[in-house]
Amino acid sequence: MSTALEPNLESTRNACKLCTPLGACLVFRGIQGALPFLHGSQGCATYIRRYIISHFREPMDIASSNFSEATAVFGGGENLTRGLDNVIRQYHPALIGIATTCLSETIGEDVPGMVRDYAATRAGIPGFPALVHVSTASYRGTHMDGFHHAVRAVIHALAREGLVLPRQINLFPGLISPADLRHLREMVAGFGLTPVVLPDYADTLDGPTWADYQTIPAGGTTLAELTATGRSMATIQLGRTLALTPESAADVLQTDCSVPACKLGLPIGLRETDAFCQELTRISGQAMPPALASERGRLVDAYVDGHKYLAGKKAVLYGEEDLVVALAAFLTETGVVPVLAASGGKSGHLRHALADAAPETTGDMATQVIDGADFARIEEVAQTLKPDLIIGNSKGAKLARALKIPLIRVGFPIHDRFGGQRFHHLGYRGTQELYDRIVNALLDQTQADNEIGYSYM
Amino acid sequence: MTQATAILDERRAQVLRNGESGGEVACGKASTAGSVSQRACVFCGSRVVLYPIADAVHLVHGPVGCAVYTWDIRGALSSGPQLHRNSFCTDLQELDVIHGGEKKLERCLRELVNTYHPQAAFVYSTCIAGIIGDDIGAVCRKASAEYGIPVIPVMSEGFKGTKKDGYRAACEALSTLIGTGDATAIGPHSINILGEFNIAGETWIIRDYFSKMGIEVAATMTGDGRIADIRRAHGAKLNLVQCSGSMVYLSKIMEERYGIPLKRVSYFGIEDMAQALYDVAAFFHDPEIMRRARELVRSELAVLLPQLKTYRRQLEGRRAAIYVGGAFKAFSLVRALRHLGMQTVVVGSQTGNADDYRQLKELCDPGTIIVDDSNPIELAAFVKEKAVDLFIGGVKERPIAYKLGIGFCDHNHERKKALAGFAGMLNFAQEVHATVTSPVWKYVPRQRIAISAERSVPT
Repeated sequence: MSTALEPNLESTRNACKLCTPLGACLVFRGIQGALPFLHGSQGCATYIRRYIISHFREPMDIASSNFSEATAVFGGGENLTRGLDNVIRQYHPALIGIATTCLSETIGEDVPGMVRDYAATRAGIPGFPALVHVSTASYRGTHMDGFHHAVRAVIHALAREGLVLPRQINLFPGLISPADLRHLREMVAGFGLTPVVLPDYADTLDGPTWADYQTIPAGGTTLAELTATGRSMATIQLGRTLALTPESAADVLQTDCSVPACKLGLPIGLRETDAFCQELTRISGQAMPPALASERGRLVDAYVDGHKYLAGKKAVLYGEEDLVVALAAFLTETGVVPVLAASGGKSGHLRHALADAAPETTGDMATQVIDGADFARIEEVAQTLKPDLIIGNSKGAKLARALKIPLIRVGFPIHDRFGGQRFHHLGYRGTQELYDRIVNALLDQTQADNEIGYSYM
Repeated sequence: MTQATAILDERRAQVLRNGESGGEVACGKASTAGSVSQRACVFCGSRVVLYPIADAVHLVHGPVGCAVYTWDIRGALSSGPQLHRNSFCTDLQELDVIHGGEKKLERCLRELVNTYHPQAAFVYSTCIAGIIGDDIGAVCRKASAEYGIPVIPVMSEGFKGTKKDGYRAACEALSTLIGTGDATAIGPHSINILGEFNIAGETWIIRDYFSKMGIEVAATMTGDGRIADIRRAHGAKLNLVQCSGSMVYLSKIMEERYGIPLKRVSYFGIEDMAQALYDVAAFFHDPEIMRRARELVRSELAVLLPQLKTYRRQLEGRRAAIYVGGAFKAFSLVRALRHLGMQTVVVGSQTGNADDYRQLKELCDPGTIIVDDSNPIELAAFVKEKAVDLFIGGVKERPIAYKLGIGFCDHNHERKKALAGFAGMLNFAQEVHATVTSPVWKYVPRQRIAISAERSVPT
């Protein structure tokens, strides 16, 4: 660590994380017929809606129990009941995902009890939705904690043990783009397997225009599929720090339904994607399909063709912990040196996961690792490292301007460029697209910085 | 979804069809639980009003969400400092919630003041700060004495009302600043501009008009705002108040305390913009100022009107829906759309009051749907029923329009082109024209169905 830096401030200045209920809302959006519902102030739902819309450019309805001052004092039971009744009347949901907010958590609401009572008084009503509750106090963890907790809550509530369904696997991919979701599905299908993906917002957050307004957009994993997750051959869960965190959804399935859990990193780059494919081979007994092998071949070819553009380039990485680990694993294959790996997350596993996935980051050119980081801190550290490029979400745009270096936008949110929901990052093909974008960003920079304007690069 | 199921029973009184159903639009109510209101919260109201003050630290006292979702969210430009574009937060953690956050707030204030040397600090209370009972006022008083700058609590706990209550809390915060600076240098022909937030540089356009008229602008609240200007705002002779919802309360305080009269204005659209200039000129009873105002309007219109004509030709007879935060904007938009030959058939707002809706009833054509605190299901049903060609709203309304194959104009925080003033009217016309006449609508399902239905109608 450089000693020239100011001591880290206690205040959070330009957070590199979002609040927990946001993650839960994204998960519920990936279930067919599901509506997210926040138990708390109106503002939480509206802010999260607006934030998600700014990335996906799709409708994102989130209901709220809309606390008033009296609710905050006397409890939110009545608001929850009225809100759920209204949502059922208007949206006819198959599932309502009820996430708490810091307000309802702080006043100590017994939301599981309220939900149970509510369901009991309406038992037997035709079309009554499944209700899943998840605790998401935003003073505890980040949006990724909310995300993973929601996945676990859904599985805990819906999965049932039974005869194993041959060729079905569960896939818990984490927070990835709709384009990546589609690609992962395709990869898994290539091994003759049928994935149940949670969440799967590939269609609900990246769909066509409509003739009629859809209160809940078509798409997402069905309740029947979620129930059947207890009967899959295996669960693949992506994310290196998630793998080190106990009691994930995959663990629940292993314990409750005896579905074996495979915990892998996000498949970015050759090594992490190879590991993903090897696991698919092991589960399916099928070799890598030729089309996928060709994609792998093209990626290696691209690494070769582009290696001199990237040799020794220093990169600043930030974002969710699992994304940062996967990006580092990929970049160290290409000759890029990740000089800083930062995340607003604080699982306690970032450093360890990084060393495992990308041992190069612990060598002579040791990568600075900062968890619990904010952008003010990232900027201060980055200034001392003289990086050549930045890889992360839109929130690093200010840093990129200050350093006059390119920002290659990945992950979530991307609200200052177009099409973030369709960016690929995963698999050989996704890595290839990302690789091309990185090389081209550096070539753009070279062209912008010289007076000649070369015709060939 | 049919009209019958689109509106929840509890909300029926908040929807009115002009001339078809009697009575008034019910408003000023808390949002119905489960209704997916487009409103945010008290905190949001305070945050948007104070946000553009560029040389202050804005510190959100609460968990991270409230701060991170409002980071650089408004396109409110500053001609100097950019401090307001940061998101500062005490980022309360579980232990803070258990043991109280006052000490952490004190420490955060100290380091932020020492790092950024602001002219003032605003400390926003959030749901959690309110519930755990932190005495933010006391912390602010202490910090103020220690650092020699105003450190102002903004009592904006999210659950304590609606966005409007947040405007009020922001006005109360501002009112503690006003009167603390030296106003002796402010001249006789001086105004404050209230409720103008310099989105896409709009404050600069308005200031330029007034400067051409020989009017001194003492302070703008809060577009391109500076603490020193606000502190001496009591020296101005007139308060011009736009965005009626957010700033009338402050101007009433100033009227009471300093005898400064107020005029409600809008800078959107031709008539409203011109009227604002004439009102100010008339107020000062100076024929030279009035002459300059007339000259300014004349020269601006000479450029603008011929250009508008070309757009109007292609927009004549098209229909629009408007859903905005404050109702004042809706009045101007209805009039501005008429200049383009367009009719407003749906109009609503998040925070309009009874007066606003009465005015809208008078202004709009019979049959126009007027709605308070609407939601996506209602808005989708209304725009479909009225077959609109254009939806004017903010980021949350945009996907409703686009999914249904309807043109859209952002009249909210995210606009990048000024829509205020005469130049803004031209931008508005260009934007409306670009979206309404785009070729892309030919390929969306709704229009294709409409086209084939038209073709199959027997003649």
